[in-house]
Amino acid sequence: MKLSAQTDASGASTREDAPASRRALLLQRLWSAFGRGPALVAVIILALVTLMALLAPLLATADPIAIAPAERLSGASAIHPLGTDAYGRDIYSRVLYGARVSLLVGAGAALVSVAIGLVIGVVAGYFRAIDTVIMRTMDGIMAIPSILLAIALISLTGASLLTVLVAITVPEIPRVVRLVRSVILNVRSEAYVEAAVTLGSPVRRILMRHMVPNTVAPLIVQGTFVFASAILTEATLSFLGAGLPTEIPSWGNIMSEGRAYFQLYPGLVLWPGIALALTLLSVNVLGDVLRDMLDPKMAKRT
Amino acid sequence: MTETTVPFRNPVIRVRDLTVSLTQGGSRPVVQNVGFDIGPGETLCVVGESGSGKSVTAFSIMGLLQANALQPTGGEILLEREDLLRAQPERLRQLRSTRMSMIFQEPMTALNPVEKVGRQIEEVLLLHSRANAAERRRLTLEMLETVHLPDPERIYESYPHQLSGGQRQRVVICMALILEPELLIADEPTTALDVTTQQQILTLIREMQERQNTAVLFITHDMGVVADIADRVVVMKDGRIVEIADKETILRSPAQDYTRMLISSVPSLVPEPRAPLRTETVLSVEGLCKTFRKKRFLRPVAEVQAVTDVHLTLRRNEILGVVGQSGSGKSTVARCIVGLEEPSAGTISICGERLDRAGTAARRQMRRRIQMVFQDPYRSLNPRVKIGRSLIEGPTNFGIPAETALKRAGELMELVGLPKGVLDRYPHQFSGGQRQRICIARALMLEPAVLVADEAVSALDVSVQEQVLELLNEIRTETSVGIVFITHDLRVAARICDSIFVMNDGRIVEYGPAERVLARPEEAYTQKLFEAAPGRHWDFRNFCPV
Repeated sequence: MKLSAQTDASGASTREDAPASRRALLLQRLWSAFGRGPALVAVIILALVTLMALLAPLLATADPIAIAPAERLSGASAIHPLGTDAYGRDIYSRVLYGARVSLLVGAGAALVSVAIGLVIGVVAGYFRAIDTVIMRTMDGIMAIPSILLAIALISLTGASLLTVLVAITVPEIPRVVRLVRSVILNVRSEAYVEAAVTLGSPVRRILMRHMVPNTVAPLIVQGTFVFASAILTEATLSFLGAGLPTEIPSWGNIMSEGRAYFQLYPGLVLWPGIALALTLLSVNVLGDVLRDMLDPKMAKRT
Repeated sequence: MTETTVPFRNPVIRVRDLTVSLTQGGSRPVVQNVGFDIGPGETLCVVGESGSGKSVTAFSIMGLLQANALQPTGGEILLEREDLLRAQPERLRQLRSTRMSMIFQEPMTALNPVEKVGRQIEEVLLLHSRANAAERRRLTLEMLETVHLPDPERIYESYPHQLSGGQRQRVVICMALILEPELLIADEPTTALDVTTQQQILTLIREMQERQNTAVLFITHDMGVVADIADRVVVMKDGRIVEIADKETILRSPAQDYTRMLISSVPSLVPEPRAPLRTETVLSVEGLCKTFRKKRFLRPVAEVQAVTDVHLTLRRNEILGVVGQSGSGKSTVARCIVGLEEPSAGTISICGERLDRAGTAARRQMRRRIQMVFQDPYRSLNPRVKIGRSLIEGPTNFGIPAETALKRAGELMELVGLPKGVLDRYPHQFSGGQRQRICIARALMLEPAVLVADEAVSALDVSVQEQVLELLNEIRTETSVGIVFITHDLRVAARICDSIFVMNDGRIVEYGPAERVLARPEEAYTQKLFEAAPGRHWDFRNFCPV
């Protein structure tokens, strides 16, 4: 009796860890997840692409939209390290500026779809009365192929960076909503949420303190996948000619224009293609590593 | 204490100095120098609190340790002279089911949900015997008959979800024993079952053991079960054997303090006489009904009558027990009282005021007088919120400044036996018993008139359970709160309750003072429940038979 009373009362002091060491623990976990192997390569590639995008005006050797008919389809030279396209525009500079569009669209779509999806998902998960209406609407949006939906939205408004971003974001929202709703539905029946109800906590506090924090980890993971898929969709739309106009260089429309000369000048498609493939691969690797770190249940067994 | 005399010339299994360690380092072994023998036809009970290493020992014998987490690092396990720790995986596969088998706590997860149970039993024969299809079917049906399952043909064609918990456990036993292994390991096989079902399963295991002369290694945390079925007992703590002796010795005159503490923590089934309370009524429930409706597509609405016409009154200072098996509606009653479910009919009054007649604002104020303590201490505190903030959540909801509430929280922490300074810690830094104390403190922050405790000690080890029960007892004398105490455990009810309501199928079967209901139950159902309570012939507190 005495023995276990002691352990019960003194147990708390044996398990001390201050918030400072929690932060250290998080850093340690981040390092062990990203500090080696493919994850490290992915982080480096993404850092380089981000630098390319940020420093594009400094790194560029020419104006990416300046047409120079005299220099059309020239090979590699000091001013044009990767040659020029059919209008004499510098491929290297266009690929640099293309990184800006891709990252902007990816980050924008990820942030906006996660933000909107979080709100709708929480509402659907917590207020059961309107759940059916919301979820069937989401099913409806999901039933339309996302490229088709994006093309339709762009054709209604005309192509600009904003409309392309909206067109790419809308089809991503339902997936986020489903994810958030399922988390909220799971947490609803947790005893600590019921305890908050019996303590008389208002709905806002129950949601913000007890339920929404549970969605953060899965949303970070989902966000990275939206990021990758948005970059891909933008490139696809631009490649199909439904996306950004050629005044805004994007990897998709550079490839689209280079397509006709592919057999003679493969670099026109290859360079933006390599940039796109490496970026997508890196984002996806990062997403996988994040998921393994944040959701131990999904992690591969070693 | 690891070496003991060998009571059998030819034990079925002999464990010697077994040590199991964490694969990835770890300060000390999970199981250390454990040794015991089990003879044919003998039942050896392994008892201990959670984390004592009893399941790890069983899994080591079966060769079921997850190699990436736990590894045996020393000793030997001899199954009739063959060392299992050094056997090849292929050999272990042959031995399982044929020479040794295991049954688990949760029969639903031990069965494949998408295959008929008949085929699952046959699979054992398919893998380990030469019987042809017709023989396999005949043997399976015979075995289903042997474990007293009604209508074996129908059971054979059933899926696990179509059977009750007790029937599923019978199927699992059927699977484990169809090849007549010499050793049966039972890991808490009745913990997830109701008492009446538990009794039937224990009887079945005993019967099968006698028929096949099986050695049984029975893992349990329940001293009542030990008193009913054990021949010899191993007491474990922190991965070591504390004491090993025959049942009589352990129960009558345990040699070790720990064993003595463990046994004397088991509450008696006979309540102490208590003076009837004459205090005023704080909670009265009249004609409470709850029907759950489930809308189904293109089919009529499905209705389940969970609670029918329940009346109860709770006085200030009183602890009122609501006792029943799972599905009896006792939790639904609790949830209706605290407002987590809306009753379908009936009224609930607090301190004489009816809840349903109050306006929204008044109702919120009344609700605050009823607080709840939940079953699972690991899930009833938000893991992301420091316990100080958890404690003041209630008061701040009702406009009390955070500083005032924090001061009160500090006082309450002392009342529940925890130091004041722990308020800025997170829940994971506390043990289960401590968390339950914190939950009780949180409920008391709103100065309730009624505290509803739904199975509040069921998830705790006996010694901790005893402390929490004592705490509840102190709290009702100090704060004069009335407590509705929901439990399936008659011993716990006898230990703490003043009066007892027995529920079955959503109705109240019997009620009265605890002494009367438990000592002289009038209704057949209550008597049946009482008969099934494990170890009812033994008075654990006084180390003697009743």
